[in-house]
Amino acid sequence: MAELRALVGVKRVIDYAVKIRVKPDKTGVVTDGVKHSMNPFCEIAVEEAVRLKEKKLVKEVIAVSCGPKQCQETLRTALAMGADRGIHVEVPESEAERLGPLQVSRVLTALAQKEKAGLVLLGKQAIDDDCNQTGQMTAAMLDWPQGTFASKLTLEGDKVTVEREIDGGLETIRLKLPAVVTADLRLNEPRYATLPNIMGTN
Amino acid sequence: MAGQLRGAARILSSWRSYCSKGQQEKVSADFVEALKAVVGEPNVSTAGVVLEQHGHDESMHRCSPPDAVVWPQNVEQVSRLAALCYDHRIPIIPFGTGTGLEGGVNAIKGGICFNLTRMDRILDLSVDDFSVTVEPGVTRKALNSYLRDTGLWFPVDPGADASLCGMAATGASGTNAVRYGTMLENVVNLEVVLADGQILHTSGQGRRFQKSSAGYNLTGLFVGSEGTLGLITTATLRLHGIPEATTAVVCAFPSLQAAVDSTVQIIQSGLPVARIEFLDDVMIDACNKYSGLTNAVTPTLFLEFHGSQKLLEEQVQRAEQIVRQNGSSHFAWSKDPEERSRLWTARHNAWYAALALRPGCKGYSTDVCVPISRLPEIMVQAKKDLKAFGLTGALVGHVGDGNFHCILVFNSEDADEYRRVMEFVEQLGRNALATNGTCTGEHGIGLGKRQLLKEEIGPVGIEIMRQIKSVLDPKNLMNPGKVL
Repeated sequence: MAELRALVGVKRVIDYAVKIRVKPDKTGVVTDGVKHSMNPFCEIAVEEAVRLKEKKLVKEVIAVSCGPKQCQETLRTALAMGADRGIHVEVPESEAERLGPLQVSRVLTALAQKEKAGLVLLGKQAIDDDCNQTGQMTAAMLDWPQGTFASKLTLEGDKVTVEREIDGGLETIRLKLPAVVTADLRLNEPRYATLPNIMGTN
Repeated sequence: MAGQLRGAARILSSWRSYCSKGQQEKVSADFVEALKAVVGEPNVSTAGVVLEQHGHDESMHRCSPPDAVVWPQNVEQVSRLAALCYDHRIPIIPFGTGTGLEGGVNAIKGGICFNLTRMDRILDLSVDDFSVTVEPGVTRKALNSYLRDTGLWFPVDPGADASLCGMAATGASGTNAVRYGTMLENVVNLEVVLADGQILHTSGQGRRFQKSSAGYNLTGLFVGSEGTLGLITTATLRLHGIPEATTAVVCAFPSLQAAVDSTVQIIQSGLPVARIEFLDDVMIDACNKYSGLTNAVTPTLFLEFHGSQKLLEEQVQRAEQIVRQNGSSHFAWSKDPEERSRLWTARHNAWYAALALRPGCKGYSTDVCVPISRLPEIMVQAKKDLKAFGLTGALVGHVGDGNFHCILVFNSEDADEYRRVMEFVEQLGRNALATNGTCTGEHGIGLGKRQLLKEEIGPVGIEIMRQIKSVLDPKNLMNPGKVL
């Protein structure tokens, strides 16, 4: 049984199917009463972590979300998908707007060290800001290697082989753990959270 | 003076033209203005390409464009538009995603096409009550995506990403029906706009319950009515829990008989199979080519089991025993979602894969449904008839329900081939009726099966249907020329 702990970041964003509307005062988009869900790339990251746990390569999957209290719903989804624990880093609503990759990376860095994680799995980017920075910044702060845009992930002992989707095609790299990996679309197809599992998280 | 006279004459003639009874004449400019007054100018169109787009579905029935297309934004507008059409005797054609297979939206008597897809809200989701209400613009994939965090899903899956209200209108079914039922079992309430503009709630406004004994079953009446009794503007649906685990199984057989016998035995053994789909060798070959797969080109069954991990193992084992007894050579199964997705996409694309066998040709899908015990004989006969008539056709089917489709691919320009296709289809329909089955398991009657409906239901039944239709639609404006 492996000793590896995986830390997975999950972000609560406006659901991808929602038609976005700009607020009348043009200060942002309408978020009140609009359906939110887990960022699709974060779902893929959670799915990958849970699969690694099912293959007994990872001992524990810890989901993390930063933001106002509604983030707990997102964490519940992660738990229903198979994560073991959820950590909610509470940020009041008023400040949540200013929460960006830099701040989140600092949080993830601190948590990765505190929880002694050996693998940090994130989505490659969030669909609301499309920043594509958190994974890279976190790796830099932790001084860990990074495998971004992963379309395939293989854990072998203390190394992880990552196949990356890059502009010119595919690139395969091998990283020494601990490492940061960000998930791209074709990494896997996330499972649906089933009702019994959702009930179990209540 | 002359100008005024000409103007008056024009108004008089246009008045006459849109008051005429059911003739394919263009509606007047005044009428179009009246439509614009209800929904706003951008939501009415008489442009040629738009009319053409709305004059056909995915079937081979020739395009019959409407005289105008409107996009109402809410049920009040639908009601006012319907009342307008009713006063002027203009046919009304409801339109969703245009993915029907029986020419249900073809405006053979002209009229106004009501494209209801701008009404696309998901309302009243209750996870505790397993219930949700949707407007016509919501498709089944959109709903299931919306529901994905709740642990619930809507399992009726006809293949196309169809409008749920459209699925209610055609009484749709699909690959999951053997376990979860068809639209008929999963629609609890409908909001319907009748031909004269009245708004009807078939189970009472806002009501959603698991069952009821209250009065006549109006919901059941409108499910499958194919737009001939009213326009469906919301549907309240029964949701189901997402299965804990899913296993897909593929097994190849030496013969059609062996595959269908296995199906019958699997059902009879009480295994709660969630999907059991048959593809014949022609269909497998087409799917291989179209989707780049490498399945053995021989009659094949695709099965899917839903349940808890432990249950699944047992079910797969028992299924394997049954199919091996029937000579199945190749038994492969997968719990892996990507692999399962790949298998099922191939099956869903069966229609396009079949069409790709002869590019440039049109397709026609038969849809008979017979008692399961009679399934082997009718399918074997269908394959024989295909050869005898010299036609290109692939068999695919929800054999668990006794329902199969023969997808015929033919050159619509070749009059002789077209005639042979029609003969084959009628023959198959009559064979199905002879085995106490139905001429359409899920696609509906639409344009092409009205004669078969008469033979199936019998004179008393048809007369009752006509009388119901004339009560709800005395001027025969609701999708005329379909069903009856």
